[in-house]
Amino acid sequence: MALKDYIRERFFPHMWCAGCGHGTVLNSLLRAVEQLGLSKNEIVMVSGIGCSARISGYVDFHSLHTLHGRALAFATGVKLSKPELNVIVPMGDGDALAIGGNHFLHAARRNIGMTAIVMNNKIYGMTGGQFSPLTGVGGMATTAPYASIDRSFDVVEIAKAAGATYVARSTAFHAQECTKMIHDAILHDGFSVVEIMTQCPTYYGRKNKLGEAPEMIKRFKDITTPIGSKAKQENPELIERGVFVEKNLPEYCAEYDKIIERAKGGA
Amino acid sequence: MSRQVKFVQGNEACMEGALYAGVQFYAGYPITPSSEITEGMAMRLPATGGKFIQMEDEISSICAIVGASLTGHKVMTATSGPGFSLMQEGLGYAIMAEIPCVIVNVMRGGPSTGLPTHGSQGDVMQARWGVHGDHSIVALTASSHQDVFEMTVEAFNIAETYRTPVILLLDETVGHMREKLEIPEPGELPLVERLRTSVREGVNYHPYLPREDGRLPMSDFGDVHRYNVTGLYHDMWGFPTADPKMVHDLIRHLIDKIENRVNVLARYKEYYLDDAERVLVSYGCSARSALHVVKDRRLRGERLGLLELQTLWPFPADVVKHCCDGKKSVIVVEMNTGQIVHEVKKAVDRPDNVFLANRVDGEYITPPDILKVLRLIQGKGV
Ligand SMILES: Cc1ncc(C[n+]2csc(CCOP(=O)(O)OP(=O)(O)O)c2C)c(N)n1
Ligand code: SF4
Repeated sequence: MALKDYIRERFFPHMWCAGCGHGTVLNSLLRAVEQLGLSKNEIVMVSGIGCSARISGYVDFHSLHTLHGRALAFATGVKLSKPELNVIVPMGDGDALAIGGNHFLHAARRNIGMTAIVMNNKIYGMTGGQFSPLTGVGGMATTAPYASIDRSFDVVEIAKAAGATYVARSTAFHAQECTKMIHDAILHDGFSVVEIMTQCPTYYGRKNKLGEAPEMIKRFKDITTPIGSKAKQENPELIERGVFVEKNLPEYCAEYDKIIERAKGGA
Repeated sequence: MSRQVKFVQGNEACMEGALYAGVQFYAGYPITPSSEITEGMAMRLPATGGKFIQMEDEISSICAIVGASLTGHKVMTATSGPGFSLMQEGLGYAIMAEIPCVIVNVMRGGPSTGLPTHGSQGDVMQARWGVHGDHSIVALTASSHQDVFEMTVEAFNIAETYRTPVILLLDETVGHMREKLEIPEPGELPLVERLRTSVREGVNYHPYLPREDGRLPMSDFGDVHRYNVTGLYHDMWGFPTADPKMVHDLIRHLIDKIENRVNVLARYKEYYLDDAERVLVSYGCSARSALHVVKDRRLRGERLGLLELQTLWPFPADVVKHCCDGKKSVIVVEMNTGQIVHEVKKAVDRPDNVFLANRVDGEYITPPDILKVLRLIQGKGV
């Protein structure tokens, strides 16, 4: 299927700013779905609220645009009630780890089979540049005019600790890597998390003097390195990219089928 | 007759009603005094092939049932005061996106954690106005276990008919009290299945285009029609819009689909109203004491009647007016500082004749409590 057959063309042009990283994520996501050859009817996209969450409106899947931070909770209802569906949940960093932090932990703990894509632009885009739980100490934001003293989360560490069975990280610069990760995450049977570092030139870039979108994108190349690289040993400040966790553990919906059998007096 | 007879708590009667109605998905978080519904569902639902999940909180519980409803299942959650407060945002979402679902609130004393193990009817206005923004809502209540069962079935039927969340307001007293429940045979009570679209694959399906009778046919997630669901104002395809006309039309539709059906949705019981001089208006556990007073006074020759409301929202003003106009006085009996009494005053021709008999100390309102108010109105000594 041609890539454009996956999008709802009549809803373009999209609402993202020129140079926003979210468009790259959409592109990678669609390429992953195309490679998987999934039928559009077997995909449900559930998103929260934020610039990132608007992805769900642009794709021609079953789409559920929910409440800020609650996407994973809605998605849990969709998945558990109809496990044969592929559930993809794009989220902003605020969506996923501030207001939605608890849902994130518990979806990972349950290992319920869906794909969480965390678009980490280190800022609240939609509400106008307030700091997010990933902005980190020293970051500038409209609610941190004297620089943030809030320490940052690490999406990968949280996902690992909470029990996600597929955890990966890439950036909007590494679009093909993102496609591969999203592809594998969708195939993965369990809760999968793909963190994608994206640029918000409008707020994060401007506030933190990181230049325009092209400079911000190039920066992702400079500040990241593949997991376990030599560069990382030489410069511990570098952020690692790659697949951090990939393991098989019982998936929640499959386990629930066993509960049904037990309740019915079967095995 | 082989009707199953059980001796159960009201909460169990609610669970039995939900199973009878065909609930297929339940998400919840425990809270006194509603937990028996959640526990009962965990026990019983899987044996029917349905799914139960204990979520991390009430916010996620209501979100999960909305998600599950979209895949075509009958869904429910149950909670109590503080949990109900947490559900308000999700409830608003279900109203806006027109998602059938049932939310049970077994009321306890509030505000805050208040009196967890004591009865109250303090959430009547939260049910009506807890959600931000203009909206309408359906809220039912019940006073006996047989009613609880039937109103639970009704809640599902109304939710599925009108694509709307329905709140079932029970109270701790009814929830925890034990009494007899006769479970109707399958087929005895009518069950409503949601209307599904007959539009074929490849033909444009509009999830938010009401038919002439006001109903909106649905398509299950995973089926051949892909559409968008959002809590934003949206067009007939479900896509966000801020177009003033569409916004206006949608809010009118959401409100009118319920407010225009007040009389269709009104469930109530009348006791001795034909020749009554004075009327008690009550609902839920309070109606039990009210009925006791009415029967007792009748034995003594006093012409007292009772209107027991089972639908609280939309408020059945016509019914109240019909039953109360022209009477010497109307006494609203409720366990709060006066929530339905204002609605009754608005409905009747002589609001000055409407009085309140209430109790808000965590104790159950008793017949003597009501009698005291009656005596005061009658100008007699207690
Ligand atoms: C309960 C609630 N609180 C706050 C908001 C306001 N709000 C909308 S989007 C957003 C944050 C967006 O940031 P993020 O999730 O990181 O996504 P981005 O826009 O950066 O892609 C906030 C706070 C809301 N919609 N709902
Ligand atoms: S505000 Fe930032 S995140 Fe939002 S669309 Fe613009 S660039 Fe993207």
